[in-house]
Amino acid sequence: MMRFILAILSAALIVMPASAQQTLPPAPLAYEQLSDPAQEEAAQALMETLRCLKCQSQSIADSDAPMAGDMRHQVRSRIAAGEEPEAIRAWLVERYGDYVSYAPTVSNTTWPLFAIPLLLLIVAGVIIRRRVGKRS
Amino acid sequence: MNKLWIWGPLGLFLMFSGLAAYQLTQPKDEFVQSTMIGKPIPDFDLRPAHQDRPGLAIADLKDGKPKLLNIWASWCVPCIAEAPHLEALNRAGAEIVGVAIRDRPADVARFLAQHGNPYTRIGADDLSEVQLSVGSSGVPETFVVDGNGIILHQHIGDVRAEHVPMLLQKLAEAGA
Amino acid sequence: MAAELGLAALWLAAALSVLQLIGGALAQRDTNSDLAKLVRPAAVMQGLLAGFAFLVLLYLFAVTDLSVKLVAANSHSDKPMIFKLAGAWGNHEGSMLLWITVMALAGGLIGFVERRLPEQTMQATLAAQAFVGLGFYAFLLLSSNPFERLPEPAMEGMGLNPLLQDIGLAFHPPTLYFGYVGLSVAFSFAVGALLTRQVNPDFARAMRPWVLGAWIFLTLGITAGSYWAYYELGWGGWWFWDPVENASLMPWLAATALLHSVSVLAARDALRTWTIMLGVVAFSMSMLGTFLVRSGILTSVHAFAADPERGTFILGLLILYIGGALLLFGLRASSISEGDRFSVTSREGALVFNNVMLSAILGIVLLGTLYPLLTEAFDVRVSVGPPYFNPVGAVFTIPMLMVMAVGPLLRWRQDSFTRVKWPIIISAVVMVAVLALVVILGSYSILADLGLAVAVALGIGSFMPLRGRNLLRVPIATWGMVVAHFGIAVALFGMASESAFSEEKLAAISVGESTQVGPWQVTLDAVEPVAGPNWTAIQANLGASYDGGTSIELTPQSRNFWAPPQETTESVLATRWNGQLYAVVGNEAGDGRWQLRLWWKPFVTLIWYGGILVALGGLLALIGRVKTDLKRRYVVKRAGDRRAEAAS
Repeated sequence: MMRFILAILSAALIVMPASAQQTLPPAPLAYEQLSDPAQEEAAQALMETLRCLKCQSQSIADSDAPMAGDMRHQVRSRIAAGEEPEAIRAWLVERYGDYVSYAPTVSNTTWPLFAIPLLLLIVAGVIIRRRVGKRS
Repeated sequence: MNKLWIWGPLGLFLMFSGLAAYQLTQPKDEFVQSTMIGKPIPDFDLRPAHQDRPGLAIADLKDGKPKLLNIWASWCVPCIAEAPHLEALNRAGAEIVGVAIRDRPADVARFLAQHGNPYTRIGADDLSEVQLSVGSSGVPETFVVDGNGIILHQHIGDVRAEHVPMLLQKLAEAGA
Repeated sequence: MAAELGLAALWLAAALSVLQLIGGALAQRDTNSDLAKLVRPAAVMQGLLAGFAFLVLLYLFAVTDLSVKLVAANSHSDKPMIFKLAGAWGNHEGSMLLWITVMALAGGLIGFVERRLPEQTMQATLAAQAFVGLGFYAFLLLSSNPFERLPEPAMEGMGLNPLLQDIGLAFHPPTLYFGYVGLSVAFSFAVGALLTRQVNPDFARAMRPWVLGAWIFLTLGITAGSYWAYYELGWGGWWFWDPVENASLMPWLAATALLHSVSVLAARDALRTWTIMLGVVAFSMSMLGTFLVRSGILTSVHAFAADPERGTFILGLLILYIGGALLLFGLRASSISEGDRFSVTSREGALVFNNVMLSAILGIVLLGTLYPLLTEAFDVRVSVGPPYFNPVGAVFTIPMLMVMAVGPLLRWRQDSFTRVKWPIIISAVVMVAVLALVVILGSYSILADLGLAVAVALGIGSFMPLRGRNLLRVPIATWGMVVAHFGIAVALFGMASESAFSEEKLAAISVGESTQVGPWQVTLDAVEPVAGPNWTAIQANLGASYDGGTSIELTPQSRNFWAPPQETTESVLATRWNGQLYAVVGNEAGDGRWQLRLWWKPFVTLIWYGGILVALGGLLALIGRVKTDLKRRYVVKRAGDRRAEAAS
């Protein structure tokens, strides 16, 4: 983020030739859907759960950042090549850690996310039984 | 049970307050660290980004000599700031290979003419493939890679004067 | 001169709130002491002064007084008037002033009209209100003075963030503040009642309009915010489980629970401590939301005025107020009895179920929002997003909505399921039928399908309390409940339908070519530059025809603002009764082709119509309650007069 702010600030301060801005067209599959609807659906579902690393809390499916476009290209081309969505997620998690995935899985660091709702469910059951079980 | 219900909320609230207070004192870490440290760089083969330098492939990183892998772009402003320090690293004997992200050959050539060319090889990564495969999330970033293509260290952001000895040290540790 | 007047008014208001606090505190010893008698007038005066200060700020923005730092930093002489005014609260200092103003006006209003409660409880309540207010006055006057002058007047203002130059967003934050502030009044009532141990139906009736009012504003605020994100962010999403969005949802969940428990307390004198607890929790969620948004400790797409120093101040206030109230709760709760008991199959039973479920959902949203903060303390970064919140939240939401379909049919105190056997059977049959239908229609998403089924069953169930009654004689408040519950069903239907049946098309086409999305045929007629008051744009002229019908013109834009420089996409929407076409123009894709992003979203508008219906239901309930209260007050007054006559 700091680098991003820095980049914007410096871009505003230093007058740069317009051509020096990022002008390369986006990756082929950044803004293009796969022809197979089932594959596209799988890709879309996965992209909605991957975090755009250059953005403020957005998925790569919701961002115009060039890097998000390149990540969409990765996802679509891998799905088209027959890779499983979860394998692609695992590939990215191997590189960026759990941060890149919006779908936490039960692990050493995330088990309370699942244990606490379970606890809430039990507590809710107990409260409802206790509070309303007694009659006046 | 009754005591728990009466004092529980205060306890939870105090726990939250402690956490929030602690986090306020911490500088916010906006960088996404790569989790590829200690792992080999996957296969890749990039075409040359500049006519004077060859492209970059995985074999070039496995030639037994530790290197700096610099991820940059001609459109990236901090990359201008780090150019002199890359030159300094180069003069001190570090071998630097470049990966240019989403860049045109003409822009690369102009950048190198203006700010110097410390690279022995520059690969053009038009789809951020190499960037993604090493777990980098921005430009510029510099990776220390050993002679077998294994990532030893990731430096996020532009290389400044104070980082030069540290990067040389890391290279020396890798057997340069 | 005007700025100095505003500042003076603010200092005076702060001084009056000190008086209000001291008077209210002394009143706990002697409710008739001289200072205690000043509590109500102080509250009224404080409200007027704060209101005056805010008007002054509006005036400064209206005339673009560039000698004032805040105006120079957030406004521009070229801006349309409505955005100049919106600039007054579209920044940290101004929004804090708006907050304190609404809070002071609310305090003034209860000081002026609320006569039901024992005087001592009222004085305690107003003292609590002043105590909360003082923190915000201190914040405003010591560290974020909105009236600060520049040593030299600026030549021109810096402009307002272009993303905020939008009519929806101009009114979205103040709507939420009204909600937050309404909850602060509920909080003050709760603290007042704890101090004097007067937790009874009268207390619930005094608190209820404020909870209702806050809840209406929160509902509207969230609905508007969601619609804003939908059309402004340009990707067709309407809820992202972003920390800032969650920060506005959490007070709503708590307020919804409080609204229902306060009804139980008012009608049946049960759930006393629980209601007090929710009163504290609801306001703490407002403060927590403010803290998360302003401190910037969580990463959000809606980051706004983030600053760790402000975060420290708000956290201090949070600890002082919420910690203090929870401590008071711990000390007093055991001396307040639970109130009446009831059977599991009763209206109260259903409402307790609702409350427990809402609290659990609140707990999950809180957990998911704060969890990344917790792991960061151990240098581990995780992301918690829709794949977590949707299914885990649904585990609690779906049973709650099912109980909601039949709960209002149950009688207070004690009832039996056999009496409401038929509505239960009908609801279950409807659910199964809808479920079968959507699966046949080709949607296999479990959550979306269940959502559609529950929505239809709840939609029908919400009208059942009216069956067999003379509609003209149904109390307004009951109509309010029916409309609000129906609104939830409508919104849920929209959400589930959007998720199950949306179609997306990304296309790169040249001028003259067409593309298809769902039943729509979209043609790119032209691409042209357009100039606005403070931006230039590339505009695509699209012709869109639904199912071969006549073509309508749509003009999405990609805008470049120049003060400050920023790029935004202006999406366009073609709304039909059965859904919306959503179109965005992106970059040039090379060889004369342009990127188009198109979505067909069946029944998506129901999400926000549902939200409006919920708020309307709240408004009806509020009108109904206030009317009943006024009538009761009139009857009591008449009885008093008659007694006085008889005595003389």
